[in-house]
Amino acid sequence: MSDDVSPLSLNVPEPGCRPGDSPDFSDFEIPRAGSVPRPAVDVDPDEIRDMAFSIVRVLNKNGEAVGDWAGALSTEELREGLRHMMTLRTFDARMMNAQRQGKTSFYMQHLGEEAVSCAFSRAMQPGDMNFPTYRQAGLLIARDYPMLTMMNQIYSNAEDPLHGRQLPIMYSSKEHGFFSISGNLGTQFVQSVGWAMASAISGDTRIAAGWIGDGSTAESDFHAAMVFASTYKAPVVLNIVNNQWAISTFQGIARGGVGTFAARGHGFGIASIRVDGNDYLAVHSVAKWACERARRGLGPTLIEHVTYRAGGHSTSDDPSAYRSKSEAAAWPLGDPIERLKQHLITIGEWSEERHKQAEAEILDQVVTVQKEAEAVGTLAAGKTPSPRDMFEGVYETMPSHLIRQRQEAGF
Amino acid sequence: MAQMTMIEAIREAHDVAMAADERVVVYGEDVGYFGGVFRCTAGLQEKYGKSRCFDAPINEAGIVGTAIGMAAYGLKPVIEIQFADYVYPAYDQIVSEAARLRHRSNADFTCPIVIRMPTGGGIFGGQTHSQSPEALFTHVSGLKVVMPSNPRDAKGLLLASIADPDPVIFFEPKRLYNGPFDGHHDRPIVSWKKHPLGEVPDGDDIVPLGKAALRREGNDVTVLAYGTMVYVAEAAAEATGVDAEILDLRTLLPLDLDAIVDSVRKTGRCVIVHEATRTSGFGAELMSLVQEACFYHLEAPMIRVTGWDTPYPHAQEWEYFPGPGRVGEALKKVMED
Ligand SMILES: Cc1ncc(C[n+]2csc(CCOP(=O)(O)OP(=O)(O)O)c2C)c(N)n1
Ligand SMILES: [Mg+2]
Repeated sequence: MSDDVSPLSLNVPEPGCRPGDSPDFSDFEIPRAGSVPRPAVDVDPDEIRDMAFSIVRVLNKNGEAVGDWAGALSTEELREGLRHMMTLRTFDARMMNAQRQGKTSFYMQHLGEEAVSCAFSRAMQPGDMNFPTYRQAGLLIARDYPMLTMMNQIYSNAEDPLHGRQLPIMYSSKEHGFFSISGNLGTQFVQSVGWAMASAISGDTRIAAGWIGDGSTAESDFHAAMVFASTYKAPVVLNIVNNQWAISTFQGIARGGVGTFAARGHGFGIASIRVDGNDYLAVHSVAKWACERARRGLGPTLIEHVTYRAGGHSTSDDPSAYRSKSEAAAWPLGDPIERLKQHLITIGEWSEERHKQAEAEILDQVVTVQKEAEAVGTLAAGKTPSPRDMFEGVYETMPSHLIRQRQEAGF
Repeated sequence: MAQMTMIEAIREAHDVAMAADERVVVYGEDVGYFGGVFRCTAGLQEKYGKSRCFDAPINEAGIVGTAIGMAAYGLKPVIEIQFADYVYPAYDQIVSEAARLRHRSNADFTCPIVIRMPTGGGIFGGQTHSQSPEALFTHVSGLKVVMPSNPRDAKGLLLASIADPDPVIFFEPKRLYNGPFDGHHDRPIVSWKKHPLGEVPDGDDIVPLGKAALRREGNDVTVLAYGTMVYVAEAAAEATGVDAEILDLRTLLPLDLDAIVDSVRKTGRCVIVHEATRTSGFGAELMSLVQEACFYHLEAPMIRVTGWDTPYPHAQEWEYFPGPGRVGEALKKVMED
């Protein structure tokens, strides 16, 4: 050991707040709504490096939509967006409860993150393809994927489109631009780049969107996606949903020494933007900008959606063991539904009564569909897919060894 | 002696090893502050500090790769992969690096690491929380592969694995974490609290690697099993009345061939049970070894009872899982042949 240096020690980042501490987000810099300019879509990524350290925000404290990124949606579209987010939240609440009642094995909710997938969905076109994680069901809800089909899968009942093979919530629908979710983190981020490259190879105009959580950006697949997207200028929008937590692990463990997740894009020369993930208008506007870049062959965009996972990681998780119970309430970017609601009220296009009425209607709709799904069957009550189904679809044509095994199994 | 669950026994093995040897470091996803999603490392960070027990970024290749580097330095990393289903990104580091480091450097560098991971099904985890990939590791020269079936063995085998000079893949059957499970999913859950194998010796007693355990003595047929399947085999023997001798292999590599051969020569029959898919599963290796060593003692063809060659399904879990019904059928059949 040299005499002139002191002993090394390991740097292990810690979140600001653990159970028992009072949450403090005073270090968290929030730019004023409207303060980040909207560059031209053909901007050189090098010229907007500062956007990886700022946050695009449209809705201000008074509920007004301000700045360059505002004005992309009509009030009708905004009301529809609000309805999508409210539907997703109600759907989640019902399914969380159904899991608690033992009607299914497992569920993951979006609480606090509804704007990200619901608003992004609006910027994509039919034929485009998302490679989502398990926390983007808004992409389906906002595309009018039948809620009944979602529930049938959650209940693994006889009408489950995936025949009981896959976990609840790991949906798949090519028709709705929703690639099959695997459950292995990060793997699909790089696949989105491949899909986009294929569109370019084929002279198509369709684009892809990749999705990954803050924690999962640590996976090697994230970096593989970035290098391929960069090299081939793939028509893809790469989304990081930074909800601050990866189960019990705060985002600092995956982020390390870099200032923001978005800044990871700089080393690859990829246009990189942070957006207020709880601001429906901002998410939509940034998504639209990035999708246009992709579709015009101007290259990939990395978007960091800054949001907060207000609920547990999944039905198997109790976050009070590792973070302060009051952290969600202290989260400075507020609640996405509340913010869009306030905006619509501010501009005179919504009211508390209409909101209450919409809540009641949505609950009614979800409950009706839930009854229908439960009448088909639930994991607990039976009427689940046939055991034959587990042997089907391993290959296009069932090989003889599987036929023998199926017979041995008695199905 | 103390009565423990398998989770507590694993936690205690870490504790004993960390107290005895400063070189033991523990990390993985959610392993530090929270103590792991199954709580197997709970309290270790508080007791031994953040440099010896910490959260890792979600990168399994990185977790194993850094462990190899730490081992090269002289530490003894005990790392957790959150589910065996998520080990594949680390497969290159394990197969091409950890397993061969000693051989290719002529022991200039070695790799005393333990890679723990929950394995197996029975929890409605679907295809990403249920797999049994042990054969992908028993096929690799340079690795040791261990799978305890109870708290006592879990502690003793984990301590032996940490003491071992070579890389050990340590599978923890997650359905056994809180109690033995015999496949009768419709019956009340049994806990380790009153089970004799839930009695775990204090201190640093090891259970040596490479030694099988006789779980049930019998004369008619030898059942080779490990992990959850040990209890399924016991239930099947009880239900059918077949006088089965049940060996819990405990270590798959290196294997206790003597125990297997002695038993099969005595009984003249052999049924092999594992939860993993059948084709090229560990059962194929066991069959070959028994055939080579016991051919003239066999009175009937051996039978394998395994998971089917499909991805692990969600809704059809109990049709996939080799339960006591299927094992019982195999026991009856091998006696009729
Ligand atoms: C390859 C792999 N490793 C580990 C896991 C276990 N796991 C499931 S979710 C999760 C945390 C993911 O956090 P993040 O990427 O931030 O997404 P979030 O859940 O917050 O949306 C972990 C570690 C997994 N599914 N796949
Ligand atoms: Mg996260």
